Amino acid sequence: MIEAHGLCKRYGSTVAVDELSFDVRPGTVTGFLGPNGSGKSTTMRMILDLDAPDAGQVRIGGRRYRELRWPLREVGALLEATSFHPGRSARAHLSALASSNDIPRSRVEEVLGIVGLAEAAGRRAGKFSLGMAQRLGIAAALLGDPEVVLLDEPVNGLDPEGIRWIRNLLQSLAAQGRTVFVSSHLISEMALTAEHLVVIGQGRLLADTSVAELAARSASLEEAFLELTGAAVDYRGSNPGGYPGATATPTAGSRRRAS
Amino acid sequence: MTTSELSRLPRGHYRFSHAARMEWIKLRSLHSTWWGLAITLTAAIGIAVAVGVNTKDASADLTNNALAGISLGLLLIGVLGVLAMTGEYSSRSIRATLAAIPNRPLLLAAKAAVFGVVALAVGEAAAFIAFFAGGATLPGTIPAPALGQPGVLRAVVLAGVGFCLIGLIGLGLGAIIRHTAAAIAVLVGGVYVIAQIVGAFAHQVMGYIPISIVANSLSVVKPIAQGEGHFLSPWAGLGMLCLYAAVTLGIGGWLLARRDA
Repeated sequence: MIEAHGLCKRYGSTVAVDELSFDVRPGTVTGFLGPNGSGKSTTMRMILDLDAPDAGQVRIGGRRYRELRWPLREVGALLEATSFHPGRSARAHLSALASSNDIPRSRVEEVLGIVGLAEAAGRRAGKFSLGMAQRLGIAAALLGDPEVVLLDEPVNGLDPEGIRWIRNLLQSLAAQGRTVFVSSHLISEMALTAEHLVVIGQGRLLADTSVAELAARSASLEEAFLELTGAAVDYRGSNPGGYPGATATPTAGSRRRAS
Repeated sequence: MTTSELSRLPRGHYRFSHAARMEWIKLRSLHSTWWGLAITLTAAIGIAVAVGVNTKDASADLTNNALAGISLGLLLIGVLGVLAMTGEYSSRSIRATLAAIPNRPLLLAAKAAVFGVVALAVGEAAAFIAFFAGGATLPGTIPAPALGQPGVLRAVVLAGVGFCLIGLIGLGLGAIIRHTAAAIAVLVGGVYVIAQIVGAFAHQVMGYIPISIVANSLSVVKPIAQGEGHFLSPWAGLGMLCLYAAVTLGIGGWLLARRDA
């Protein structure tokens, strides 16, 4: 269970997150959806106490992240694909994290197997492809067999097989009763993976609803999402006027580019 | 599920020893650590031998001459200290690190302890190897200094300690500055420039520059003549270096705890 209450964060004059409140419940995959630059990553970092909110607070199972006794055994997070030193092997990276929370070394080999990096574990992680780097980040998130799993854009860089693997993984984690919170700017992916959605735009909560409810608001889930976030897209491409099909939803194409 | 999962958590909580184990694995799993330390030892021997072979004056401070071998290593260990911290920021692994150990002062303390112990071990090894290599290669007419002579053992041991403290100053600067190039620039040049600004108010400031403390206070057997500058006594120099390391690490830890990662 993650409870965010009244989160605010600004960087200089830019408001990244504005009065954001939501709950993430155990047992389902909750998608965290919003256009690029809408404050998803900032919110993820505030959940992990990496960035301090200017106002508001986040509780995980009733406690702040810094109060967790064994953080990696309670919360597993994938923040960026490259949260590891390029000169270190995947195995060394995971072993270091494992010792920090007294996680047995056998678990390192286990998660390397789960994400399919057993063969590459001894190689310098800096040589990894984006997809492999992403898998290493997911291995780190699973390392402590945590109750709460946070993944920031996990499908980035993955091939279709990898995307389906992530989807099954997230759903099986949720089926085990865990809290799964996964951000994405891809509505189509979230439609397949998540049951519940927290939608934000320009740092503000736009919707906190089930996928089915959101889809029922419009012709399709994508339409409903675009209508919801239409006012809150920071970077819009030029209007592709004149292209056939672009007239029905005048800015749909440009929004897709913006994501 | 929730209850069973939580009850499966081991008792207690993460501690300094866990953070230290993580930092030890991180330090030893980087090639740059081993390269830096190998170059340090090689340079220590090489410079000590070169100085020893070319010694002509038997009345010189032969111990201090031999210990000149660790001077290149001083720079390297400072850079390794910087990298131990800034490497975390450039690779963004700092986020993984802090997610594992959210207590930031504890994390920096563990990092400093692990790095400090490694730097001390290598520093002492370099100092003793340089001392014996320098002595062994002196021309036959000049007797080699011995550890039993007054002040000699102290000079060799403190040279190694000074090496470790320079590394810790680098680590503290890395935590404060967070960018590799800028932190190295401050380590190498900035300390000197700041010392010169202070020098406008106090003439004897040359003796307070960290690298000069190691070379001219800690590792000397015969005090350097006043005419060549004013230098701290070995123990005052050691205190000064400890103070520098404590202040940089203290500020670094304070900033680490306050800033977003």
